[in-house]
Amino acid sequence: MLKVDNLNVVFGHGADKNHAVKEVSFLVNRGESFGLVGESGSGKSTVLNCISGLLSNWYGSIEVDGAPLSHKRPISFYHKVQMVFQDPYGSLHPRHTIDATLKEPIAIHKLGDANQRVERVLSEVGLGPQFRFRYPHQLSGGQRQRVAVARALILEPEIVLLDEPTSALDVSIQAEVLNLLQEIRRERSLTYVLVSHDLAVVSHMCDTISVMNQGETVEIINREQLQTGELKESYTRQLLVASRGYDRQAIDQFQDF
Amino acid sequence: MSQQSPQMNGTKAWLLTDTPGSAFQAASGRFYLGLLDFFRNRLAVVGLLIIVTLVITALFAPLIAPYDPVAANLANRLQPLSADHWFGTDELGRDIFSRIVWGSRLTLYVIILVAIIAAPVGILVGTVAGFFGGIIDTVLMRITDIFLAFPKLILALAFVAALGPGIENAIIAIAITSWPPYARISRAETITIRNSDFIRAIRLQGAGPLRIITKHIMPLCLSSLIVRVTLDMAGIILTAAGLGFLGLGAQPPSPEWGAMTSAGRSFILDQWWLITMPGTAIFVVSLAFNLLGDGLREVLDPKSDS
Amino acid sequence: MNEPMNETLLRVKNLSVSFPSPKGEVTAVKNVSLAMGKEKIGIVGESGSGKSVTGRAILRLLPSYARIEADQIVYQGHDLQRCSEKEMRRIRGMGISMVMQDPKYSLNPVRTVGKQISEAYTIHHQVSKDEAKVQTLKMLEAVRIRNPEQVYRLYPHEVSGGMGQRIMIAMMLIPDPGLLIADEPTSALDVTVQLQVLAILDDLVSERGMGLIFISHDLELVSSFCDRIIIMYGGRIMEIIEAAKLQNSRHPYTRGLLNCLPKIDGDRTQLPVLERDDAWLGDDNHNLTG
Repeated sequence: MLKVDNLNVVFGHGADKNHAVKEVSFLVNRGESFGLVGESGSGKSTVLNCISGLLSNWYGSIEVDGAPLSHKRPISFYHKVQMVFQDPYGSLHPRHTIDATLKEPIAIHKLGDANQRVERVLSEVGLGPQFRFRYPHQLSGGQRQRVAVARALILEPEIVLLDEPTSALDVSIQAEVLNLLQEIRRERSLTYVLVSHDLAVVSHMCDTISVMNQGETVEIINREQLQTGELKESYTRQLLVASRGYDRQAIDQFQDF
Repeated sequence: MSQQSPQMNGTKAWLLTDTPGSAFQAASGRFYLGLLDFFRNRLAVVGLLIIVTLVITALFAPLIAPYDPVAANLANRLQPLSADHWFGTDELGRDIFSRIVWGSRLTLYVIILVAIIAAPVGILVGTVAGFFGGIIDTVLMRITDIFLAFPKLILALAFVAALGPGIENAIIAIAITSWPPYARISRAETITIRNSDFIRAIRLQGAGPLRIITKHIMPLCLSSLIVRVTLDMAGIILTAAGLGFLGLGAQPPSPEWGAMTSAGRSFILDQWWLITMPGTAIFVVSLAFNLLGDGLREVLDPKSDS
Repeated sequence: MNEPMNETLLRVKNLSVSFPSPKGEVTAVKNVSLAMGKEKIGIVGESGSGKSVTGRAILRLLPSYARIEADQIVYQGHDLQRCSEKEMRRIRGMGISMVMQDPKYSLNPVRTVGKQISEAYTIHHQVSKDEAKVQTLKMLEAVRIRNPEQVYRLYPHEVSGGMGQRIMIAMMLIPDPGLLIADEPTSALDVTVQLQVLAILDDLVSERGMGLIFISHDLELVSSFCDRIIIMYGGRIMEIIEAAKLQNSRHPYTRGLLNCLPKIDGDRTQLPVLERDDAWLGDDNHNLTG
């Protein structure tokens, strides 16, 4: 479904040159949920931005459904791939009602029967019709993230890119949004690429996980490896230890990678 | 809003509902809340009242003005304030009150036209430069800088000198000198908006630059622009008056306030009302626009949102 | 349960904080009581639970329009409600210190970090500049900065997030306070760096015999780091529990918080959703907002 091969991203040049993503490759099968996990600066979000087309200074190859993507995407691409952003407070236009936000893609793609589509997708993400004409500031963080999910769904994509979709939310709200994402994936047989710094979230959501550090893939593991701790790389092991909470002795063993 | 008292009447409840049933209702509710905010600011309301008075005066000038503003009556020249001539008469015996009333039309004419010309040019240049960045930004902004490099009045003077005196040319000159700050503001806003997630999101839905700029960026630039234009109105009035004062704006005998102060200059010591009355009018209207602008800023400032 | 093991450092009784708003008074904290000694105590809650407001109310760092009421806020015999602003300033440095989430906003951007730390020292100690510098370098070493001399000369924007937070801790601990309030001190950091910073904090607290109030949204982290945990919801204390006994908690809110976390070893079924119950807030919950 999605194939990333030797992806590289370089920001700036000369002394400020920053090779943010180095030779990253992975394969996501149809209907699979793939996780990209790493700490800040690992390049995980940059990879996502290359796939979505927000960044164009990459080289290497990205294929969706066997067709290689160029830097400029045709309009049909947006029916295939959509994205949910991290910050529910920044990803909705502050002056547009939920209705207007959701109708915009319908208008761009000239899809017709806008009202039914909006109603349908809102109920799918668990927001009643009473939310339809509210402004973002009248919604809570969790509700906003539901709207962001609805916006990603309205073009009926096959791949949804999730960029830390719950890291700005309270844990109880995170649970609701994760449940929603699971449910939608089942119902629509979607393919997910989830970026997160939280191993527990990735392990809950994904089958295959790519661990990244400093722009490079450390290793690609599956969920069982995470649970049994059968990991090849010490970086991944350290990340796993760290995500299990505070342990004074373990911290002294930490290395810099 | 969930705690509004139950005895709230129908319209208010409709406006303030947390669950609006249509886009129109949502927008009205938002507008109503803005209005409430605005009316909490007393000075802004004073400013608004003065401007409303100005507009009414301009609309009904023929009914309000007791005399013909241009008919000279030399027998009656330089009369002090009296029941017949509330603001006295000028050196040609014209009633100053009537001239100020008619002059309000010219003032409004100038500021409305300048706003209509300068604001759209400014927002267009600014958003396009800010959105695309790179070479487009550099070219557009250097042009803007050229205009900004000259003091406004001097540049307007140069244009009027080239175009020839007259109120239309004065308007064009003022408009040409007014847009650069609007372009700067819009560009700055656009640059902060451009990289926000909601613009990325709309790009990922296939929206082209035209749609993003007009439907997503411009509405957000609009509020700060409206505030700035309102605050600039005072400056526009003063520039227009300045041009009039220098004889390059409205030509006699038209009752332009700046030209009136200019004419009254020679009589400042003995017949103070000649210059004081139009001067006060300029002052009051400029002040009103400033007050209104401050009030609007509080309501429209996007930072005070959410 | 509400009494500390050793002598009491801080005692708060029935602290309530409310803020005026156009829609009427908004209660942020209601009847919060706690007593602590030289221990690590965690305050955990979701956004709007009043956990940060509680920390700030103790140090009187809230804006002047906040209404703070309490039967008692006593730190080592000082009644913090009756202290003059001058006495309060003294207590804020040498008595109780506070570390906040983002060091970028807490450090002066145009002065070197070394100068800022040594100033924090000289305010409370009558010493020469050189002596202050020596103390500062020692402190930087204590927060495991490998090259203190070099870091001393850096400006805040030149340091990484983890280093910045260590510098903040150095600055807050150099006057030698008896109690440190840390408000989400590591939430902006990567998980490994976060733990390293916490380890430094942990060691310093035990070496110096301080008390620590650790405010966080991360229940798992707090339960593995602190001795006791105060769980807050809607401005109220839901329960105070020993960290070791957290897994046995019976309070529905605590249970809800624990259960709704995804787990690495979890079975991927739907996460239980937290059901909130107004009864937790007592009877006067009308004007409560998030």
